[in-house]
Amino acid sequence: MHFFEVRRLTKAFGGLIAVNDLTFQVEEGEIYGLIGPNGSGKTTVFNLITGFYPITSGAVLFRGKQLNGIPTWKVCKEGVGRTFQIVKPLRRMTVLENVMTSAFCRTSNTHVARDKALEVLHFCEMDKKIDFPAKGLTIGDRKRMEIARALATAPKLLLLDETMAGLTPQEQYEGVELIKKIRKSGITIIIVEHIMHVIMNLCDRILCINYGQEIVKGSPSEVANNQAVIEAYLGKE
Amino acid sequence: MAKYSKFAAVGLLLAFPLLVSSDYYRHIMILALMWVVIGSSWNLLAGYTGQISFGHAIFFGVGAYSAGLCTTKLGISAWWGMLIGGPMAMLFGFVLGAICFRLRGTYFNLATLALAEILRLVAKSWVSLTEGMMGILTIQTFRSKVPYYYLAFGIAALCVFAIWAIIRSKWGYYFVAIREDQDAAEHLGISAFRYKSISLLVSSFFTGVAGAFYMNYMGFIDPDVVFSLYYISIMAILVAIIGGAGMIWGPPVGAFIMVLLQELFRSAFFGYLPKWISEAHAMAFGILVIVVIRFMANGVVGDWVKLSGLFTRQKAPIPSVTSGN
Repeated sequence: MHFFEVRRLTKAFGGLIAVNDLTFQVEEGEIYGLIGPNGSGKTTVFNLITGFYPITSGAVLFRGKQLNGIPTWKVCKEGVGRTFQIVKPLRRMTVLENVMTSAFCRTSNTHVARDKALEVLHFCEMDKKIDFPAKGLTIGDRKRMEIARALATAPKLLLLDETMAGLTPQEQYEGVELIKKIRKSGITIIIVEHIMHVIMNLCDRILCINYGQEIVKGSPSEVANNQAVIEAYLGKE
Repeated sequence: MAKYSKFAAVGLLLAFPLLVSSDYYRHIMILALMWVVIGSSWNLLAGYTGQISFGHAIFFGVGAYSAGLCTTKLGISAWWGMLIGGPMAMLFGFVLGAICFRLRGTYFNLATLALAEILRLVAKSWVSLTEGMMGILTIQTFRSKVPYYYLAFGIAALCVFAIWAIIRSKWGYYFVAIREDQDAAEHLGISAFRYKSISLLVSSFFTGVAGAFYMNYMGFIDPDVVFSLYYISIMAILVAIIGGAGMIWGPPVGAFIMVLLQELFRSAFFGYLPKWISEAHAMAFGILVIVVIRFMANGVVGDWVKLSGLFTRQKAPIPSVTSGN
């Protein structure tokens, strides 16, 4: 049994096949990269895993349990956290309140939730920003708060959707360090990313897709040197 | 300062019937306290959870008729309605939520509007049950207004306290999360359907209790009053928005402002202005809403600094861009 497995996943929006017969496995403790050109279906895969879109066919298995068919909030309770490519802060709440809201996933006690949120914010090095309203944060802090919010639900699998997009090089560096720290704490990660040095630095294995279909799977260097991947991104000579 | 003023306000409210012996002013205060309950209930659902109801008359009317029917059909005191009215209103809320909260967008808003009108027409037409337009008339228990005043005060205090406690709990965080971004909320382990329903149930309960109180206090109800779009559903929205939606003290303040305004217009400013002015109250409320939304989007409570600046000629502090100062 794999820790996490996607089996022959297919999603059709009307006549458009957004994800086509995709299969991959992720082992516990791994950082698994999901890459592909714009519009290749990466975010759709995340939306299918979390049950945000119903799948057309196939299966999503997490620690032997089928995730497809159960509502999004239950997927979170099962231990799958995610961040959004287009960040979704709870705008009129402070950073601490945002993270507390997700900490309530595992407790009903306000004090316990608050302690958990403070602990996670400390882990993400956001101690100084806890009382900032979420709508006033910079894009870098919003992305970081999204990670903190996902962590506060105590996930075993974390789906990171372009958490580095739009960040400065310094913020990217700090982001990479944070993701390494998260992996060390025992959380398995699937990461969607465009920034190649981030992906190459972090991932144990990579799956490259285009038009919702697998192009190649393998180690970062194998994928980076694959002719089909280069063609998908840059076109044919 | 603000803390003490709240204690002072509560103390003043408690002492009011002892200080003022006029039944007329007591009556206005009782209505205002009742509107604290309805406005706060609407605020929990719309201000905090983001589910705007255009038909809180559903729950008010169901509560009122529950109390009235206790007397006319069951032959027991209308006071039993105080116990039955809340749960009966919750029942309607439950069914409404079960149907509408699985959908997104304006379905819930429109359904509340429609259901209130349906119930009004049913109450009008189902004469064998409700006496139709004759309404329900009961004999009031007390001749004095004082017991009603303290009962209304008790319900209002309980309602505001309950909502205050809910907002500070897990439920409150979940409600606001749903208001801010339902998709994000679902991904944080929140069943939007469940928590929207909980918010609606609490809101409908207190509105139902207020309706049952109204029956007992006024001794007379008819469909066009308790299921009224204008006098109940819209008024609930006005109370919360004028006072400040999404704030605990918004609707309580809004309730006193709106009941006072309504009374000023109804009495043509105690007879000082020509009588036609009382016909113009709907227009005046409309203008008021426009002014509030344009200049004080957070209501009287939320934009108090701005409002008091008008009178003290102090400009509201411009929020600093660089620090939390």
